[in-house]
Amino acid sequence: MDLSRRLFIRNGVATVTFGIAAPSFLTAIAEAQGARTRNLVVVYLGGGNDSLNTLISYRDAAYYSRRPSIAVPAGQVLQVGSDAAGQAMGLHPRLGGLLNIFNEGRLALVQRTGYANSSRSHFEATDIWGTANPQSSTGSGWLGRYLDVLPRPLDALAAWNTTAETPRALISGTSGVPAIPNASTYTYASPNRGAAATQERTAAQLMASNPASGRPHLAFVNSTALGAIATLDRVALATSYTPTVAYPNGGFADALQTVAGAIVRGIGSRVFWLQTGGYDTHAGQGGGGGGDYANLMGTLGDGLWAFYSDVRNQGLAGDTTVIVFSEFGRRISENGSAGTDHGAAGVMMVLGGAVRGGLHGTAPSLSPGHPTLENNSGDVRYETDFRSVYARLLEQWLGVSSVPILGGDFRAGAPAIF
Amino acid sequence: MATVNQEIDHLLRRAGFGVSTLDVDIYRDMSHARAVDYLVDYEGRPDDVDERMGRPDHALIATRDLFAPDIDIDDARQRWIFRMIHSRRPLQEKMAMFWHNHFATAYSKLAVDSGERQATKMLAHKPGTLRGPQGQIELFRQYALGNFRDLLVQVAQDAAMLIWLDGKSNTKARPQENFGREIIELFTIGVGNYVESDVYAAARVFTGWNLRGSDDYRKDEYGDLNSYQEFVYNADQHDTGDKTFSFPIYSNGSHTIASRSESAGLQDGIDLITALAVHPETGRRLARKFWNFFISEVHAPDPAFIESVSTVYLQAGTQIRPVIRHILNSPWFTNPEMQFARYSWPAEFVIRSIREVGWQNFSVDKARSPMAAMGQQLFEPPNVGGWPPGAAWFSTGTMLARTNFAATLAASQKEFLAASIAPVAQSPQELLDALLVRVTPAPLDSAPRQALMSYLAAAGSWTGGGEQLNTRAAGLARLLVGSAEYQLV
Repeated sequence: MDLSRRLFIRNGVATVTFGIAAPSFLTAIAEAQGARTRNLVVVYLGGGNDSLNTLISYRDAAYYSRRPSIAVPAGQVLQVGSDAAGQAMGLHPRLGGLLNIFNEGRLALVQRTGYANSSRSHFEATDIWGTANPQSSTGSGWLGRYLDVLPRPLDALAAWNTTAETPRALISGTSGVPAIPNASTYTYASPNRGAAATQERTAAQLMASNPASGRPHLAFVNSTALGAIATLDRVALATSYTPTVAYPNGGFADALQTVAGAIVRGIGSRVFWLQTGGYDTHAGQGGGGGGDYANLMGTLGDGLWAFYSDVRNQGLAGDTTVIVFSEFGRRISENGSAGTDHGAAGVMMVLGGAVRGGLHGTAPSLSPGHPTLENNSGDVRYETDFRSVYARLLEQWLGVSSVPILGGDFRAGAPAIF
Repeated sequence: MATVNQEIDHLLRRAGFGVSTLDVDIYRDMSHARAVDYLVDYEGRPDDVDERMGRPDHALIATRDLFAPDIDIDDARQRWIFRMIHSRRPLQEKMAMFWHNHFATAYSKLAVDSGERQATKMLAHKPGTLRGPQGQIELFRQYALGNFRDLLVQVAQDAAMLIWLDGKSNTKARPQENFGREIIELFTIGVGNYVESDVYAAARVFTGWNLRGSDDYRKDEYGDLNSYQEFVYNADQHDTGDKTFSFPIYSNGSHTIASRSESAGLQDGIDLITALAVHPETGRRLARKFWNFFISEVHAPDPAFIESVSTVYLQAGTQIRPVIRHILNSPWFTNPEMQFARYSWPAEFVIRSIREVGWQNFSVDKARSPMAAMGQQLFEPPNVGGWPPGAAWFSTGTMLARTNFAATLAASQKEFLAASIAPVAQSPQELLDALLVRVTPAPLDSAPRQALMSYLAAAGSWTGGGEQLNTRAAGLARLLVGSAEYQLV
């Protein structure tokens, strides 16, 4: 699992050169890389989201009989109409912000996304969604391969990862993606003030500019240090942004606000990666629309609503698409600890000013024996291949051919999210 | 002074956390082989490091309400950082880190399962006198250089592990594959050496290897902290059928663990663990990990090293101590080319920099958050595979976290650093030379050296004291510790 990543980074030593372009060139680079400055914001729900409690089949009796202590009461769900199969659906009561976006026609809910023989392992499943390859989930990621096809020189901030560790999806054959887990500490600190501090930064940059010939591992660390220094000022530009709405508290909303700042300030990043965790709800996920899972939904919905409102107020909603996914859904029946175990297909969300909203695909029928289920009716069977959603994003949003990036043609059967 | 000679410095970076000024007297006159024995036979050194918390001349501990490293995870992290800085048995702490990564178990899942205080206790325990199992990291200290097969048995029966890999719910009606998979895939023989049916058979082997709470145990943040959870063999939950593997289980070549009665079924797991421990691929897999941990991440493992180390491992009956002694005395280890051929883990970087720059009035608590930002929060590996090693530690964000920690540390030691170095800082060149004895990056090429000299020249005419020395000594320490060269060990 880790070997391929290490190999990539080693191989990358020879090729990783951070584009230290002066800010005046940035717009030109950004323009050269696509017809429009479109942004893709990827939100990963870490741990396996219990999709059945995100988008709820509140008229399915089996939903209540199989989840006696964790089902959301029908009277509390936020109704979003019926899907193509006639199932009445509702959002979790804490997703009021997403309901607003849905009602504006800008939230697509893609039901039952996944793939055949869904992995129940976090590691493997996360890698499968990252590589877009259920057969061999090592090597580069789908977004990394997207970066690989962009024209050179690639801007050092073409992609912006808000987590400390590079996710599989962003691992590229040719580019290091900056990791900016906390933009406010993405600074250059000094034990001194004034001129000495400035001189230190100059000295650090000079030291890191040493090609270190004959020591490729040292050259690699130098290139990382140089990339950090090269991106500091633009990241600071994003963090100095004053949003048009009040974001909620918490790391996820903080990260969203920074992303909004980067978009509004025109930093030039095209792909943003965010993660919010705690979705591995094996126990005590809460009943009656409350508890731990409700808090997760509140964090997600309130954060995304603030973000969407903010970029819309700035007139940039049409340039922004957000996708939300998790490595798998969860078991239909609750377990002995008022939680749910690892399952299969789940719901993917796509939102933004250019998105064609609505209920895409069909909900599972949760009665045992129904063909929308698998694993002895324990899990939800997938209907939409997640790679077809990737294909549509790559082709219709990012404007590149999806076939080489995904290693196959997954365009057929893609939900009409644009 | 924080350097003995190149050989010993290299040894202490790899088998410990670098050279502190206190080490110089200890190691000055030792041969390499003698120093290896001194580190490896650490029982000869007192295990008094916990008692020294709070004493003068040591790094500080931050006490919020009460310092409780057995039930508060942040305090457990402080304690471990303190131990890595000050232990007289650095190799024991280093190997505890190795096993923490090898059997990577994360606090957060345990906290969800059992509450924060019980979760900390299961991982860290020790100070205080609470009842219950000693805690996983104490297990790793106990078996730091112990018998690997015995360590596997202990890990398989460790409360934290039983929660982490869901062994606690492994029953004959619903065999749980999580632990069975990882003990084969990650803890022993590794991918390519087993088939999927081995995982299913292993899951059945460990049915009934569950967890029980003491009589007073309940999941309650405010419950009795003397209550605990521990391993139990639930005989009536054990699958008594035959289990057949693709690899031999017994020395007679048999691949099958024959059916046993429920009451005798615990032995199934012991038999499988023993088979895995003595499997030649386990020796090779450990040898490869030791290559990266002790020898190099830049050079591909030498096949001769792998065979030599795995042979020692098997001949020693899976004892780790002779293996490590063999490695540290080997020509691969002492080859000068291997110096600075590893990427430091954040823990190695942080501890070494504190030991070299200084710890006066410095609280180890100030290292906690930076370490997380560097990608290594103790007791919180990202997954059961452990931290991604080598170059993967480095991204722009983690590199900034490292250089900014250098700034925090240098700022905290400003006056101490200047005072200790003033006698030998009559010129910028002398200042740099003196600091390079104390702070020891990989060799600097002329370009970075020039950059450092330019930084000193920018101070104007050199007075060799006062605010000028304070500023430039700290600035220099920050530049050296924050350099790419210093990230290598």
